Amino acid sequence: MIAPWAGRIDLAALRASICRKLHRVRGRQARLRNGKVPVYLSLRRLVLLLIVFLLCAVTAADASGPPVTHFSLPNGLDVVVIEDHRTPVVTHMVWYRVGSADEEPGKSGLAHFLEHLMFKGTARNPTGRFSQVVATVGGQENAFTSSDYTAYYQRVSKDKLKLLMEFEADRMTGLVLTDDVVKPELNVVLEEQNMRVANNPGARLGEQMDAALYLNHPYGRPVIGWRHEIEALNRDEAIAFYRRFYTPNNAILVIAGDVTPDEVRALANEIYGKVPRVAEIAPRRRPREPEPSAMRTVTLADPRVTQPSLQRYYLAPSATTAKPQQAEALEVLAYILGSGSNSRLYKALVVDKGLAVSAGAWYTGSALDDTKFGISSTPRPQVTLPQLEAAIDGVIAEFLEKGITAQELEVAKTRLVAETVYAQDNQATLARWYGTALTTGRSVADVQSWPERIAKVTAEEVADVARQFLDKRRSVTGYLVKELGRTEDKRS
Amino acid sequence: MINGSRTFRALALGFCLIAFAGAAKATTIERVVSPGGIEAWLVQDSSVPLISLEFAMRGGANQDPAAKPGVGYMAAGLLDEGAGELSSADFQRRLEQNAIELRFRSQRDHFYGSLRTLRERKDEAFELLRLSLTAPRFDAEPLERVRAQMMTSLMRETTSPNDIASHLWWRTAFPGHPYGRPLNGTLESVPTITADDLRDYVRRVLTRQYLTIAVVGDIDPATLGKMLDTVFGGLPAKSDLVAVEPARMEGIGRSVFVDLDVPQAVLNFGGVGIARRDPDFIPAYIVNHILGGGSFSSRLYKQIREERGLAYSVYSYLLPLDHAALIMGATATRSDRVNETADIIRSQIRKMADEGPTAEELDKAKSYLKGSYALNFDTSAKIAAQLVQIQLDDLGIDYINRRNGLIEAVTLSDVKRVAKRLLEGGMLFTVVGRAAKKEGG
Repeated sequence: MIAPWAGRIDLAALRASICRKLHRVRGRQARLRNGKVPVYLSLRRLVLLLIVFLLCAVTAADASGPPVTHFSLPNGLDVVVIEDHRTPVVTHMVWYRVGSADEEPGKSGLAHFLEHLMFKGTARNPTGRFSQVVATVGGQENAFTSSDYTAYYQRVSKDKLKLLMEFEADRMTGLVLTDDVVKPELNVVLEEQNMRVANNPGARLGEQMDAALYLNHPYGRPVIGWRHEIEALNRDEAIAFYRRFYTPNNAILVIAGDVTPDEVRALANEIYGKVPRVAEIAPRRRPREPEPSAMRTVTLADPRVTQPSLQRYYLAPSATTAKPQQAEALEVLAYILGSGSNSRLYKALVVDKGLAVSAGAWYTGSALDDTKFGISSTPRPQVTLPQLEAAIDGVIAEFLEKGITAQELEVAKTRLVAETVYAQDNQATLARWYGTALTTGRSVADVQSWPERIAKVTAEEVADVARQFLDKRRSVTGYLVKELGRTEDKRS
Repeated sequence: MINGSRTFRALALGFCLIAFAGAAKATTIERVVSPGGIEAWLVQDSSVPLISLEFAMRGGANQDPAAKPGVGYMAAGLLDEGAGELSSADFQRRLEQNAIELRFRSQRDHFYGSLRTLRERKDEAFELLRLSLTAPRFDAEPLERVRAQMMTSLMRETTSPNDIASHLWWRTAFPGHPYGRPLNGTLESVPTITADDLRDYVRRVLTRQYLTIAVVGDIDPATLGKMLDTVFGGLPAKSDLVAVEPARMEGIGRSVFVDLDVPQAVLNFGGVGIARRDPDFIPAYIVNHILGGGSFSSRLYKQIREERGLAYSVYSYLLPLDHAALIMGATATRSDRVNETADIIRSQIRKMADEGPTAEELDKAKSYLKGSYALNFDTSAKIAAQLVQIQLDDLGIDYINRRNGLIEAVTLSDVKRVAKRLLEGGMLFTVVGRAAKKEGG
């Protein structure tokens, strides 16, 4: 099957993290260039990658899963150790419980801008030294920011772990910023905004839909920030934000790879244990959404749109805000409704009725506050967006009326739980799951029991969350069109 | 077919220990030859209950008919959409029920496949792989569906600055050669592709003749040997490939502009590189790393991003294809500074050609490249992909152990000489954005 990735996978819509530098897959077969997803990834795989990699907390229920150890240092730093002794490599990550949703109104983009500035040096290690050392020892490094967290990591040969811990601990409280490094970096971020959003009509629609979905909560603001607010960010604001949020008692050290908990405990105590607790952290209470009551519609026109497309977001509880089993049922619902070519939406719209070239659904369970359940589809050329929307509504109505089959439920569970076994093969993925969970209000135990909870989901629970949350009054429907006023794309 | 009278065994003809510097452990790569004579490299590892298989067959997009680019790409998209007795829906359901990940892709010189399965579902996984390779159906419904998806994607590319810049680069560099044609076809070619075209492609390319396989995971050599014969044994013995001429790059020294109303202009560049088999490849790899390679410390990164804030992303890489060796790169910057950015790239390339790297840069690059090599081997799929590439490049089963020594042996005079050889010839630039006005040198 072909992965119709362009426009289909709306990273901004998924509140994806944004990175300091694009990842590039090395080697001849695959390259991520300028933000493209390699085309050979299947749609199924992409959806799973996006749902599971970025946004959801999963680990192995399988008894053979990796041992995970969790402890805290006296200064409040949480430490998670995930053992993987197959290759002498470690993934060293520090996560901060701060993201774009923790910014003050009017300062959107500050959390992400600070993430870029964290590479600008400290009193002990001036600009560039940390990155030079990482490069010299053959490490790979990067950082990313989302609504709820900011994280920094290096992947490196295990014997270099201590060295990198020293640098990372140093910049936890020792950042020094001067205007001569801040100003060029602001331009870098503006180019990043150009690349990810301004040049990308689908991402622009995603921003507008988030703003329409969240009436009160800061998830309505883009992680990268609104351009006019990014342009006004400065050194003093970045430093103030840093002093407020960057402290060991607001951070999680995640180390995955060829290490033992005892080794890590000794190193963490020696190195991170020295970092002073420089701020007390207030509970993260963001303004809550009112109970949604109006169906919203957004249309974005861009002359570069060659094929209109449709997105819908529903406000839905996250794994943190949901009642027991709701988030798990939403995962299963997203799978059955829109993952892969046997999913309800794909089968009805793409295969049986021939109305669409793509159709899918996703749920971004990992969030501190209420999150999104999404549907997206691109019609075939002769089909209008209102026709497509009516067909999507038809699939959902039928789903709500008839529920799911036992077989659908089993396949979805098999597939979701299998993903946790596949994840054991990738220490960086595991590190990311734990870091995401611990910065979005969940625990190590929550991650570990995820497969068991998925396995327990019942058809009734799936039907319940579908009835409760796939309610159009909770939704924003977005149309991406070439120009406004074309009658065929007008809503009826 | 497996010969029933023969005892079932697989011969491990050669092996190699992967032992990284400082590593306490070693992993064995075994060369397994099936009873039917099909070879694979195996890393047996039972620590995670899964199996990754990667393979390549010579062919890829260079075997698309000249008038029908995209045939291999479409075939890759359809092999898992119905095979043998299984319709598209049945085939997809079987994959899904068993949590099997199967995908194919047609690249410039090879057709690739990857399979990932849980250990306990391996028989089903291998059977589905066998069916998809030996009995693809190309039924009308999935064919038309995939065609529509490809057309939508191609339509999107017509207004995407990245795609326009890239396609323009290849078209300008290799007119008349398969490399000049897009892997995923064109708006003109895709509507004309028929099931017969796909069948013909499969018959010519999907064979045992130029088949390279690597397997990593919880499977023993004897079981693998049996599996190789089952899965691949039914393929034709010989490929029927159209000869591909060596590709001579054109357009060197030119800049080609395309006007597109976007806030950020995209710039692609590339020139003649150095072949993988050339003794200068490793020095060239180091030179590229220093110029525009992967870390946060390349010259292009420092000059364009760090010092001037002109771009979020700027990089270069070596692309040694079978019929042309290239060095490629790209960046994206605000429209009003695209000329400045292109000038900096040109001057950095020229400076590197003239002066080469410094001793300090060489030391740091070697240190990075040696230290980071192990990061290519931390997942099963990554190891399998590396082992396929090492076989395609004919580097030998002990290459992983030799590789850091090859890096270490490179001298300053090597990189200075090779920097000149690699970068002196100039590049073809393609630029897509608002500033685009003229074509010139």
